[in-house]
Amino acid sequence: MARRTGSDEAPDSLEALVAAKEIVVFCGSGGVGKTTTAAATAAMAAVKQGGKVLVLTVDPAKRLADALGVGPLGNTETRVPDEAFAAVAGGVRGELWAAMLDTKQSWDNLVRRHAPDRETATRILENPLYQNVSGRFVQSHEYIAMERLYEIHHEGSFDLIVIDTPPTRNALDFIEAPARMADFFSSRLLRLLIVPYRSRMVNLASRPFYQVADRILGSQFLQDIAEFFILFQTMYDGFVQRATAVERLLHDKRTSFVVVSTLEATPVREAEYFIEVLTSMHFHLGALVLNKVLPSSFLDEAAGRRAEWLSQHTAEVAAEVGAVIGADGHLVERVLHEVAESFRNFEVVAQREAKQRAELASVPDVVATAPSFETDIYDLAGLLRLGEQIWS
Amino acid sequence: MVPESLLDRKLVFVTGKGGVGKTTVSAALALLASERGKRTLVCEVDAKGDLSDFYETGPIRFDEREIHPGLWAMSMDTEASLKQYLSLQLRIPLVARIGPLARMFDFVATAAPGVKEIVTVGKLCWEVKERHYDLVVVDASATGHIVGQLAAPQAINQLVQVGQVRQQTGWMLDILGDAATTGLVIVTTPEEMPVNETIELQGRVRSETTVDLAGIVVNRVLPELFGRREEAVFERLCEPDAVAAIDRALDGPVQPLLDGARMAVSLRRTRTEHLERLRAEVDAAIPMLYVPYLFVRSHGLRSTRVVADALSAELGF
Repeated sequence: MARRTGSDEAPDSLEALVAAKEIVVFCGSGGVGKTTTAAATAAMAAVKQGGKVLVLTVDPAKRLADALGVGPLGNTETRVPDEAFAAVAGGVRGELWAAMLDTKQSWDNLVRRHAPDRETATRILENPLYQNVSGRFVQSHEYIAMERLYEIHHEGSFDLIVIDTPPTRNALDFIEAPARMADFFSSRLLRLLIVPYRSRMVNLASRPFYQVADRILGSQFLQDIAEFFILFQTMYDGFVQRATAVERLLHDKRTSFVVVSTLEATPVREAEYFIEVLTSMHFHLGALVLNKVLPSSFLDEAAGRRAEWLSQHTAEVAAEVGAVIGADGHLVERVLHEVAESFRNFEVVAQREAKQRAELASVPDVVATAPSFETDIYDLAGLLRLGEQIWS
Repeated sequence: MVPESLLDRKLVFVTGKGGVGKTTVSAALALLASERGKRTLVCEVDAKGDLSDFYETGPIRFDEREIHPGLWAMSMDTEASLKQYLSLQLRIPLVARIGPLARMFDFVATAAPGVKEIVTVGKLCWEVKERHYDLVVVDASATGHIVGQLAAPQAINQLVQVGQVRQQTGWMLDILGDAATTGLVIVTTPEEMPVNETIELQGRVRSETTVDLAGIVVNRVLPELFGRREEAVFERLCEPDAVAAIDRALDGPVQPLLDGARMAVSLRRTRTEHLERLRAEVDAAIPMLYVPYLFVRSHGLRSTRVVADALSAELGF
């Protein structure tokens, strides 16, 4: 299915946004439901719009991963079987695929691809520093997620790729990761570090630098680092070219970003920061999804007044109602009291959320709201139920 | 009881999945400790500036500042910490090219695991070693990064065989590995992913670090509305004749109230399942502290206070 790219009209719903893009990146702070909303969006696109849709996810809940058929080692794209859509009215128009990001395996693949020869690749893969680095490299997750996205997009097998970004310390690390990776490999300091290993001839100006470095870290460690970087440098060109291409793709008009947040103070503040940075860096900000929002019935003022009245006149009401249904008045009173108090409690939270929402400084054209579901989402039906809420 | 000993430790790291209330719990624990007469330092590691919101105080920086009687706050800054470390620990005069050194540090830290972390953990351990405070509460990294942070001294020990850095890790390991001194608190909510991460982290803390798991704080526990008998009555009240009778008494529809109560009951039920799973999987010796869901107008000092009171009750004070 061809995507409607290049349309000048601004999309007015997530549905229209998704129809017009090839890549949709979901971002937001931890715990707001990025993975679930990304998967729900992909599922909706596959069901309603058709085409081959991939959801590339980082760390799904086990039950959700099981439902999508991606196991813990699901680094390869797997098709969600049609049977999973059996309960969907009208069936599924397109295909839904899912893949999980395995950082270690993706790094290994990257090394194999960029190393000049097999021997160098093996030496890098066996370097003890690399083993640590590929697992724990600062921003290695972020970079590899974007790299994987590029690779899959470049193969051209999917009409739409929905990607869920890793939980990061700084929520925007993944955007800067390609540029930083390129900087890292072209750094002057990298060459400086490698010099003493290559030759002991160190010029006078930089000798104190090495002496201090030696004293702190020990020369063996410095040598290990140097060897690692020398090996890594053989992949320099490939890496830098790739990182640049990845960055270009993120800026491409076929790519859009969706910011996900709840209406709690901290995620909202981070979402605002996100929106600000994405806009200032000229990325396409497509939509804001407000997730886990309390139902608007808690904002019904008349209902709020009735709850207040009920909590003050519980005994009278209980006597009346108890007579009608033939139940113990005290028991009815206790239940009605809880009903009234519970409403008033959630009313306070709903009002807090409404205030947060009203205070959102600037928002994209599309703002979708999803309720806080009482039960966990762990199957396609659940994903589609969430999807329906945010879709149009 | 073990829980009392939580605030008797010298160094408490607080972690949790993003969004569970890790910073609130850190802020509340530190507030509680300071009010119980302990000279307390609270440190925010991922400097997002959230901590100052929970105390409604001005910006919190690297240099500790007393924000409440007996309570000091700081925000971790690896570069500032490195400078302090070099001058105090390694006695390297600051004139010795801190510029290139800092750049080299940045560089090495990007590549080698644990370098940035050790500067963070090192600063905190140092405050403990020098006995500047009775208790240091750390609003540490989220579950995904905490093991790397706590295991940094071991990682460095493995990679660096000689040199002054190696000598430095020894005393840090002594502090981190002593259960009477250091403990880790995992904050979770009774929801699927936070519970999964808590269970998984429990195992990793045991196998990959030397730090003692001092407790689990279950945040945002919803109240139970009804017992079994009440629930039967509630169901009866939802039937048309009962609804009509309540509507008459209220002079308006009660349905939104009943719907709200039903949602609260279902939410609580789903969460109870996760809570039970957590209880089943967590070592019975590890204290669990419960903090109720807060129905408050805003998040600030007021909610920090409420959480501190809840923790105080849970700790048996």
